[in-house]
Amino acid sequence: MSLLTPDLGLVFWMLIAFGIVVFILTKFAFPPIIKGVEDRRRYIDESLAAAKQAQEDLKNVKADGEKILEQAKKEQARILAEAVKSRETIIRDAMDKAQKEADVMIGLARKQIEAEKDDAIRDIRKEVVNLSFDIAEKILRKNLDQKAEQEAVINQLIDDMNVYKS
Amino acid sequence: MFSKALKCFLSAWMFLAMSTSLSAGVVSQADSLEAEAAPLDVKELILEHLKDDYEWHIATYKDKDIGIPLPVILYSKNSGAQLFSSAKFHQNKGYYKGFYISKSGKYKGKIVETDASGNEIRPIDLSLTKNALSLLIGSFLLILLMLFIARTYKDEPIKPKKGLIGAMEVFILSIYDDVIKPVLGEDYKEYRYYLLTLFFFIFFNNILGLVPIFPGGANVTGNISVTFTLALCTFLIVNLTGTKEYYKGIFWPDVPVWLKFPLPLMIIIELVGLITKPFALMIRLFANIMAGHAIVLGLVSLIFITAGMGAALSSSMTGFSVVLTIFIYFIEILVAYIQAYVFTTFTAVFISGARVKSPKTEKSLKST
Repeated sequence: MSLLTPDLGLVFWMLIAFGIVVFILTKFAFPPIIKGVEDRRRYIDESLAAAKQAQEDLKNVKADGEKILEQAKKEQARILAEAVKSRETIIRDAMDKAQKEADVMIGLARKQIEAEKDDAIRDIRKEVVNLSFDIAEKILRKNLDQKAEQEAVINQLIDDMNVYKS
Repeated sequence: MFSKALKCFLSAWMFLAMSTSLSAGVVSQADSLEAEAAPLDVKELILEHLKDDYEWHIATYKDKDIGIPLPVILYSKNSGAQLFSSAKFHQNKGYYKGFYISKSGKYKGKIVETDASGNEIRPIDLSLTKNALSLLIGSFLLILLMLFIARTYKDEPIKPKKGLIGAMEVFILSIYDDVIKPVLGEDYKEYRYYLLTLFFFIFFNNILGLVPIFPGGANVTGNISVTFTLALCTFLIVNLTGTKEYYKGIFWPDVPVWLKFPLPLMIIIELVGLITKPFALMIRLFANIMAGHAIVLGLVSLIFITAGMGAALSSSMTGFSVVLTIFIYFIEILVAYIQAYVFTTFTAVFISGARVKSPKTEKSLKST
C-alpha cells in the first residue's frame, strides 16, 4: 500500500525543507530568543539578589548605628566618671599640698618667732645688764661712803638679779 | 491575540464545513439520480485525500476540477530529465510524453512509464507534489514567524513580551524548560535548538494540516515520507553523537558472555533496538495525524452518504456530523500538540540515552 512506503521525491523535498528550517531556526531564530529569555532571567535573579543585599545592608547599618550610639554613651559615662574622679583627686592633692605648705610655713614662722623671741630676750637681757651696770654705777657712786648702806644695796642688787635671772 | 487567532481559525473551519455541506446538498439534489447510480465511495475519497497528489485539488465544481497544477520533475532512463506542469496530464487525457498516473497496481497514483515489455516502471520522481509544496509553504511561514519573534528579542532582549510573542515565548519555554533541559541534563546546550526546531516544525505542520483551506489541509505530517525523514534525522543524531560507552553497550554489553559469543544474541537485539526506536517515532506520528484526517473526512462524509436518504435523516445527520467534526477538531488540535511533544521528548530521550557517561564520571556527577 502506497500510504506506508516512503516516496523518494517527497523525502527529497522534506530533506530540503526541513534542512533549511533547521539551519535558519537554529542559527537565527532560537538563539536570540533563548538568549533574551536567559538574560532576562539572570537580570531578574541579580536584581532580586541585589535587593536582598541592600535590605541586609540597611539592617546592618541600623544595627551598626545603634552599636555606635551605645558605645558612645558608654564612653561618655566613662569619661564623666573619670572626670569626677580626677577632679576629686586633684582637689584632694591640692588640699594635701596646701596643708603641707601651710604646715611648713607655720613651722618656719614658729621658728622665726622663736628665734626673734630669743633675740629679743637676749637684747633685753643685755639692756638689763647695761641698765644694772648703770644703776649700780650710779648707786655705787652715790652710796659708797656709807658702809652699811653699801652692803645693803649690793645685797639687794644681787637678790634682784637673782630674781630676774630666775 | 492567541485566542483571537484560534477564534479566526475555528470560524474559518466552521464556514468551510457549512459551505461544503451546503454545496453538497445542492449537488446531491441535482444529481440524486446519478448519486444512486454511483454511490459515494467514502474509502476512496478518504484515501484520495490522505495520499500525496501531483496537483493541489481544491474543489470540484460542475464536474470541473479546480486546483493548482504543480510542477512534475522526473528523471527517466528512457527520456532523461523532464520538467512539466501536472496540468499536462489533464490536457492530454492522462498521457504526456509517455508518462501517466498509474490507475492500479503497485504504483497506483504515481507517475509511471512503460518499459519495452509493457511493465509499469517508476522514473526517479522529484515532483513538487501537494505535500512537498505544503511543506515548503509551512517551512516558509514557520521561518517567518520565528524570525519575527526573534527580531523583537534582538531589539529589546530584557523587556518582557506581550501578545502573540509573549504567548510564543511561554510555548517555547515550556518545551525548553520542561522537556529539553530535564531530559538531556548537562548535554542540553548542543541539542536544544535542534529539538526546539523539531517540535515547532512538527507542531506547525500538524496545525497547518488542520486548516482546511489553502495552504493548509495537506496531510503532511500524516505522510510516511515526512515522518520517515524526521525519524531518520533522529536516528542520525542519536547514533552520530553517541559516546563510547553507548557503543560499548551495543556491541559488548554487560551480560554473561554466552549471550554475546559465539552467537551474538544481545548484539542483534541491540541493533534491532537501534532501528525500532526511530521506527516507532515514524509510525506514531504518521498514524496519529493520518487517523485524525481520516476521522474528520469520515465524519464529513456522513453528510454525503445520508444525502439521498430523505430530508429528516439528512439534515439531522448533517447537524450531528458538524457537531462531531468540531469535537474531533478540538481533539486534533490537542493531538497536534501531543504528537509534536512526544516526538521531541522521545528524540531527546534517545539522545540522552546515547550520551551515557562512564560509571566513573556518573558517580562524580551524582556526588556533586
